[in-house]
Amino acid sequence: MQDTEIKDNNLTSDQMEVVDDGVEAGLAKLTPEKIAQVINQVLDKETGPRFKAYIDTCMRCGLCADACSIFLSNDRHPRFSPAAKVKLTLLEMINKKGQVSKDFLRDTVRICHTECNVCKRCSMYCPFGIDIAYMMLTVRRICHKLEITPLYIQDTVNSHAATANQMWVKEDEWIDTLQWQEEDAREEFEDLQIPLDKDGADIMYSVIAPEPKFQAGLIYQTAAMMHAAGMNWTMPSFPGWDNSNMAMYTGDFETSGQIAQMHYEAAAKLHVKRIVMGECGHAFRSVYDVGNRWVGWTKPPFELVHAIDFFHELLTSGRIIVKEKYKKTVTLHDPCNVMRGRGLCEKARVLTNMLCESFVEMTPNREHNYCCGAGGGVINCGPPWKGTRMVNNKEKAKQLKATGAEVLIAPCHNCHSGLEDINEHYELGMEIKFFGDIIFEIMEKTIYQGGK
Amino acid sequence: MHAFIEFIMGPMVWISFGIFSLGILFRLFRIYSQTREKENFMFTYLSFKYGFRSILAWLVPFLPVSTRKSPVFWGVSYLFHVLLFLAPIFLLAHVALLEESLGLSWITLNDTVADIFTVVVILALIFFVVRRFTVPEVKFLTTASDFLFIGLVALPFISGFLAYHQFFAYQWMVIIHVISGELMLILVPFTRFFHMVMAPLTRAYTGSEFGYIRKAKDW
Repeated sequence: MQDTEIKDNNLTSDQMEVVDDGVEAGLAKLTPEKIAQVINQVLDKETGPRFKAYIDTCMRCGLCADACSIFLSNDRHPRFSPAAKVKLTLLEMINKKGQVSKDFLRDTVRICHTECNVCKRCSMYCPFGIDIAYMMLTVRRICHKLEITPLYIQDTVNSHAATANQMWVKEDEWIDTLQWQEEDAREEFEDLQIPLDKDGADIMYSVIAPEPKFQAGLIYQTAAMMHAAGMNWTMPSFPGWDNSNMAMYTGDFETSGQIAQMHYEAAAKLHVKRIVMGECGHAFRSVYDVGNRWVGWTKPPFELVHAIDFFHELLTSGRIIVKEKYKKTVTLHDPCNVMRGRGLCEKARVLTNMLCESFVEMTPNREHNYCCGAGGGVINCGPPWKGTRMVNNKEKAKQLKATGAEVLIAPCHNCHSGLEDINEHYELGMEIKFFGDIIFEIMEKTIYQGGK
Repeated sequence: MHAFIEFIMGPMVWISFGIFSLGILFRLFRIYSQTREKENFMFTYLSFKYGFRSILAWLVPFLPVSTRKSPVFWGVSYLFHVLLFLAPIFLLAHVALLEESLGLSWITLNDTVADIFTVVVILALIFFVVRRFTVPEVKFLTTASDFLFIGLVALPFISGFLAYHQFFAYQWMVIIHVISGELMLILVPFTRFFHMVMAPLTRAYTGSEFGYIRKAKDW
C-alpha cells in the first residue's frame, strides 16, 4: 500500500496547524465565567442518567479504538480513540467543573467537530454499547452555546435559520431551477412534469439544497425516473423542500428541530402519503431519527423512504426496466446513516446486483463499513480543515483501493463529496456515482404501463 | 482478635451483602426515577426484543466483530468474568460456611478445580495490568483508579489462594481474604464495579435504538 501513504508528512492530523476564523472570533469573546457557566449548564441541565451512565460505566478497555477509522488513519495514535476523545474533552470539563482554558476549548472544537464523524461505529465495538457519538454531539452542543462552532458549518446553519435551506437558495431560484430541469427533460420525455405543490400526491420528493445549487442534473434524473415509473409525485415550491440539517450536527437543536418540522409540515400541507428523499444520509438521519424526537414524535409522522429503498422498489416491482446492465466493476460504500442508521444493507446489494454486472464488496462492509470521513458535519467545517481531513481518511483510502473497482457507488451526498476528495488526494482513479446516475444511464426510457 | 474474626466472618458478611444488594436496588431506583424525570423518551425506545437480542449476541463468545478483532483480550475477559463468579459461589469452603449458618447448600467445585480457577483469575488480572502498560490506546486511557480496581479484585483471590495452601501467616491471610471480599461487595454499587449491573442496561438501550429504530445489528 505504498501509494496510499501520506505524501505531505508524517504528522498526525492534530499536529497540523489549522486556524478557523469562526472559532477564533468566538474564543476572543469568551470570559472564564461564561465558559464555566455554559459547560455546567449543559452538563447539569441538558444531560441525564444516560450521560452519567456512559461516563461512569466506561472501563477504559480501549476496544473502541479499532472501530474508529480516524484512529486507524493516524497510525493508531492513542489520542484518536473514541474513549480518548471523551477523556480529552468531557472528562476534563467534568473534573475541572467547567473551569477550562481557551486553548483547551480550541482543542475541544477540533476534536468534536473534525475528529469524530458521529458515525456510531464505536457503539458496535464497545461491549457496553456506549454511544460516544452522543457524547461528542453533547460537546458540540457546548461549543454551539459558547459560539465557537467552526465558521463554514455555522454558515450553513445560519442559512438554514434565515432561508429554511442550507445553501442560501432563494425561493424564486428554487422554483426556477425546477422549471429549468423540467424544460430540459422535456426534450427527452415529451410530457414530463415536475409537479409543484400537487395536493394529495402519493409522494413528496425532497432533496438537499446543494442539489438545486450545484447539481441540478440530479433533479433531472429523478424526474425522469418518476416519469418513466409513472409515479404520482410532487415537490413543494415553498420552504420545507430542503431535507438537509446541519444544525443537527452543530448542537443547535432548536434550529435543527425547526428544520425537521418544516419538512414534515410541507408534506402535511400537500397531503402526501409518504416522503421520498434523494441519496443523502445525514438528511435521512435528521428526518427519520432525530428531528421527529425534537418535534415530539416517537417515529416520523410520515413514512420516510430513502432513495435506496425507493429505487429498490421501482426496480423489483418492474416499474423501471434495466435495458442493459452496467458493465464496469463497481464497489459499494455503505453510508452510516442509512446502513447503521436504517439497515438498508441488503436492499442496496439487491439493487446493485440488479443494475451492475460486476460487483465487489469492500471490507469491512454493511453496518461495519468505515465512514466516508466527511460525515457528521466534518466536511462542512470547510476548506480550513480539508488537509487534516485527508490525513484522517487514510484508512478509508486504503479500503477503497483494495477493492480494485473502477466505479464507487456512494448513495449519499456527504459521502460523495468526501470520497471525491479522497479519490483525488490519494489518486485512486475511481469514478464515483450515485445509484441514480447508474439507473438513469441504463434504464429503459419508456413509460411504465401498469399491468402490461 | 477472636472477637474481631467472629465479627468479620459473622455480622459483617451480612452487612456487606446488605449494602451490596440494597445499594444496587437503590441505584437502580435512582436511575429509573431520574430517567423518568429527565429522559423519559428512553422508555419509548427501549425494546425488550431488541435489547435482549443485543445482550444475547454479546454473550456469545466471538460472535461480535469487536471480539474477533481482539481475540486474546476477549478470551481472557470472558474466562475472567465467568470464573470471577463461579469460583467463589461454588467453592466448597464458602458453601460449607453457608450451610453452617443458614442450612443452605448447593453443588460445589472440586478443590483442585477451584484452585485452578483462582489461579486463572489472578493470571487474567496480571494480563489486564500488563495490557494497561503495553497497549498504547489503553495506556492513554489508564489512570491510577484502574489499578486500584484491579488490586481490589485481586486481593481476595490472592489471599484466598495463599490461605488455602497455608503457605504463611494463615490467620492474616484469612482476615485479608474476608475483609477484601467484603470490601469488594460493598463497593460494587458505588464504583465502576457497577458495570456488572449497568452494562446490560446500556447495551440493551443501544441494542433497542439499533434494532427498533435503525433496523440494524449492533455487534
